[in-house]
Order: sequence, then structure tokens, then C-alpha cells
Amino acid sequence: MTAAGSPALDTAARPTGGGRRLSLSWLGVVPFFAYVGVFLLLPTAIIVIGSLTASGGGVSLANFAGINKPYMVKAFTLSLSVSGVSALAGAFFGAVFAYAVVTGNPNGLLRRSIMSASGVLAQFGGVALAFAFIATISTVGFVTVFLKDHGIDIYPNGVWLYDAPGITLIYVYFQIPLMVLVFLPALDGIRPQWREATESLGGSTWHYWHYVAGPLLAPAFLGCTLLLFANAFSAYATISALLTNGGTYVPLQVQALLTSETEQSQPGLAQALALAMILIVVIVMTLYALLQRRTTRWLR
Amino acid sequence: MKWSSPVRQLGLAVVAFLLVAACGSSPGTSASCNAKTATSATDCGGMSGLVTAAKAEGTLNVIALPPDWANYGAVIAGFTAKYGIPVNSINPNGSSQDEVNAFDGTSNAPDVVDVGQAVALANTAKFAPYKVATWNDIPAGAKEATGLWFNDYGGYMGIGYDSTKVPGGVINSVADLLGSGFKSKVALSGDPTKSNQGLNGVIMAGVANGGSLDDVSKGVAFFKQLKQAGNYVPVVGTAATVKAGQTPVLFEWDYLSTSHGKDVSSWKIFVPSNAIIGGYYSQAINKAAPHPAAARLWEEYLYSDAGQNLWLKGGARPVRMAAMVTAGTIDTAAAAALPAVNGTPQVPTGDQTSKASAYVVANWSAAVS
Repeated sequence: MTAAGSPALDTAARPTGGGRRLSLSWLGVVPFFAYVGVFLLLPTAIIVIGSLTASGGGVSLANFAGINKPYMVKAFTLSLSVSGVSALAGAFFGAVFAYAVVTGNPNGLLRRSIMSASGVLAQFGGVALAFAFIATISTVGFVTVFLKDHGIDIYPNGVWLYDAPGITLIYVYFQIPLMVLVFLPALDGIRPQWREATESLGGSTWHYWHYVAGPLLAPAFLGCTLLLFANAFSAYATISALLTNGGTYVPLQVQALLTSETEQSQPGLAQALALAMILIVVIVMTLYALLQRRTTRWLR
Repeated sequence: MKWSSPVRQLGLAVVAFLLVAACGSSPGTSASCNAKTATSATDCGGMSGLVTAAKAEGTLNVIALPPDWANYGAVIAGFTAKYGIPVNSINPNGSSQDEVNAFDGTSNAPDVVDVGQAVALANTAKFAPYKVATWNDIPAGAKEATGLWFNDYGGYMGIGYDSTKVPGGVINSVADLLGSGFKSKVALSGDPTKSNQGLNGVIMAGVANGGSLDDVSKGVAFFKQLKQAGNYVPVVGTAATVKAGQTPVLFEWDYLSTSHGKDVSSWKIFVPSNAIIGGYYSQAINKAAPHPAAARLWEEYLYSDAGQNLWLKGGARPVRMAAMVTAGTIDTAAAAALPAVNGTPQVPTGDQTSKASAYVVANWSAAVS
């Protein structure tokens, strides 16, 4: 999962003193950059080079042409739509939830426990999450079986858990807590005085939301939604554990292209797909960064 | 996998000990037989010469043979009991590709391998040609002409099912699976876009629905119908999913499917008479085998009546089965325990499998999602 940039961090590091000669403080970040280099930049470079290499050697765009097949296009459509819907649903419910929390006591037990729970649940993805859903609402899950015993069949037309609606539902499970975590600082930035000012000038609640809070929160809300989108789009382990067979999502297509034992192994095409995913995430995260900059202009 | 390292160490120790013992007791026994280049037992002075040479080598390295897979535990024990040659079994849960990858030229490399067809075809340069005494019983299509590889055992693609979870407790045709009683129950045991077993499941459904080995489109269309009926479950069936009841109807090789009987006592296997799709594993000898005579003796043992009947007891169909039925040497009780099959088996060729695979990759996701 991508770590959320927090506005609070911007004020944390202020230079103390100045004009010293030959500071060695940069040594402290060497491990960080070494780590990023080995685990982020190097793999990205390998993917870029691999995707541009033809199967017989030499530079070629043939791998990207391979994406232009109906089943690949479908994989992208499905991945994008599931990520989009789960991001919108997560953003909406997460924002409402965060607002409920922020209106309470800032040091209260409710807020502290919800923040901790969100911190845990936002990271609750992958195999554990897939297993949780299999154990509860798959065909043999205990909730399914319990409801069936009481005359309710949640799968009258087949198991939708493995289709787009099911995947979206599972993703929303970690999207909502993530939204609470990343949207709460923005809500905290809204000062009660602004509402009081609106009211003393004769504004109604609608006026307040429409002219003051809405425009202030919109960039933060959109930015957080984009973050949620990127979060869902790059998720792999959950769907891999759930859809062991023939999942039409881009990360699973990459997996199939790398592990085929039926002569369909195409590492070059797999790397081209991975690069396409990286580009999409880069675009989304750039937009997120721009919106985040706009957000911090008012909400500090 | 995590056991492989200690097993290797132990194996090395055993090999070292036996080498010392062998050198001490019988120097220069293999002079009469150059086992490395022998293409049949005759080249080693017949079976007795081969046995002597193998005993002098003292051990045999095998790889990726789980004791409960096709009865290999009993096969290994039988070989050791008959010839007094201990078997060093490496990485029992490895894959076909792992087996060939272990050809590292050391005394610990596997002498013989038991691999899937694709891996056998891709690695012929690493194998030594050899013809067992019963070579002529192996059908022509089931072996490489010079003996670089030869089929050993296999089975048919079947539909395993929990008879308490299907309507009427029995499946009589592939088309039955489209019925409303199979809601959320039917699965494959591999992703057909990348797994050979999964692909053969689709091929079987295709042949059963009026297609052929050259035309898998009917199989993909069948799974599309299954999906539309809400009957298809996109989960790869395993022992765990069968036990949990997630995949009560499962396309799988029949000799692997029988093993679910120990978890689900009502487990049955149906092989459609109009679509008997066969799949075989192959034996091959490492060209650089550290124990070339023992490797050849092992093959002779596997293709003897005793070896073939041991596989049969494990639910696998040995490649000499037809000849042994004719000769009356088959273990009739074990043969009777196999899933009933009436009709002519068909085995896809490498070309047919490639074509089917390409079609499935291009059309599978549109059909089932």
C-alpha cells in the first residue's frame, strides 16, 4: 500500500542553524535511498527494459502491441472499474465516518479507538482478507450457511463474491478505514470559527457547506479518492488468493504470463502490462500530489 | 521444499558412505559394462550384468516422487527389497521443472526423472536413450523412438464429485453440470490459461460437447454456459477446497481425484465415455547420471509386471496396461478399483495442446467473467 503523504509532516523538519561547512547529515538518508534504489528503482528499470525488449532481442514495441487484445483490454477495464467504484464508495463512506468522528471529542476514547482500528484495518489486505471473506461469505462460509439454514440464499444466481461486485465489496473493506485516516487531517483543519463566522453573517448550514467547507474540502476529498484508487488498482495478493482460477484483472494476467506451463509464458508482455500499470499509478499519484498541494494552502 | 536441504545432506552422507563401502568391497566391477552408454540391458550383459553393475554403484537418486503419488512409496520400497539398493529420494514435492533443474552434474543429481510431457519434450538433450526389456509393450505414440523418454503412467480427465452434494447423487454426462442443482459447485483443478491440468479439463468438456482435440472452442463455450448458469466457481480445486466443500464438483485427472476419497467418503469419479482424455507422465534417464547402471535397473523394475502393478494400485494407469491385460499379468483387483471407463481414450498431441492453449488464453476471460 502506498503511504499517504500527511500535511503534518511538512512542518516537522525545519533546518536548525545554518552556514556550517561540509555537513555529513546526508549520510543518514543513505540507507533509505539505497533501499528505494534496490526495491523500487531497480525493479522499475528492469520492467522498462524488459518491456522494450523483443523476444529475440533488440529494442521493440511489440510487447505493447500485445496489450491490444480484447481480453487484455477487458482486464484493464475491469481493474479500472473495480478500483474506481471501490475508491468512490470508500471515499464517500470514509468521509462521512471521518466527519462523525471529528465532530466528537478530539481526545475522546471513541476517536482514539476508531483511529487505531482504522490504522489496523487499512492494512488488512492480501491473503488474510481473502481468507476472511472465504470463511464468512463464500459458498461454504459460516454466514452463508447460517442464512441458508434460515431460508435466505445470498447466491441465488451463482457466487458473485468472485465477480466484480464481490471484489469491490472486499476492497471497500480496507478503503473505508484508509479514507478515515487520510481525510481526518483535512477535516481537522476546518475551524469552528469559520462556521460561527458564516452564521453570524446570516448564512445557513447549506451556505456554510456550499461556500465555505465544500470548496475547502473538495481538493482533499478528490485527492484522497485518487489515493484510494491507486491503492485498489495496485492490490494483488487479495485477488490472487481469492480468484485462484482465471481472474480477469491486470495483476493476475501478469501472473499468468509469467508462470504458464502451457507454452503461454510471455515475460516481455507481462512487463509491458506492469509498465502500463506503473504509468496509470504515476498519473494518478501526480494528480494526488497536485491536489494535496492545493489542499494545504488553506488547511494547515 | 524446506526439507530438501537436510535431506540432501543426509543423502550425501549416505552416498559417501556407500561409495566408500562399495570401493572397499568390490573394486572394478563395472569394467564389463559401460552403463553410461548402454541403450538396453543387453549392452550390460543382460539383466544379471546390469544388476551387478547397479549393486556396485550402491545407490540410486530419484527426485520429486511423493510417497502417496501413484504409490511411489511402495515402488521405492519394492525396488530396494528386490535389489538391495537404497534409494535416495530428493525433494519429494518438487515440480517437473524442478527435476530437470536439479541436473547439476554432482553425485547428488537425480539419476532418473518422472516428468510431464512438456518438460520431457523440452529437455531431450539432457536425457540418455534407453529401451527397457518390455519396450514393445509401450504404444508407439507413448515413447520417443530411441528411448530418450517414454510414458510411464497416467490417467484420464474425470469429474470428481461429492455424491451427497449433487442431484440424484450421480453424474451421468457433462451436460448434467449445467443443471440448477449444480449452482456454485463446479471447478477446475488449474487455471486453463496456464496449467496443463486445467487446460485438459476444458479440452475434455469440449470433446464431450461435440468438439474435438483440434477444436477446444466448444469447451470454452461450455464453461461460458456454466458461468451463466451460476454453476462455475473460479477457484482452483485442491485437497483443501474439496475437504472444505468449496469445490464439490471438480475436473481433475482421475488418479489424483481418487485421493479425495480419504477426506470425503462419498467422493466419486465420472469419466464421460464420449470424452476420455488421457494424459501421461514420462520416465527419462539423466545423461550425466551419477549412477547410470542403477538408473537403468530402476527403469527395468518400473516397467516389469511388478512395477506396473504397483502404480496401478496407486490409482494410476501404467503404460503397459493394455499388454498386461492381454497377457493376463495385470492385478485384476487393482484394475477393477479404477473409475469405470467405456470407450476409446484420446491423447492430445503436443501440437493440439499448443493450439488449444492459444485459443483458451485468447477467449477464456471473455467466457467466464
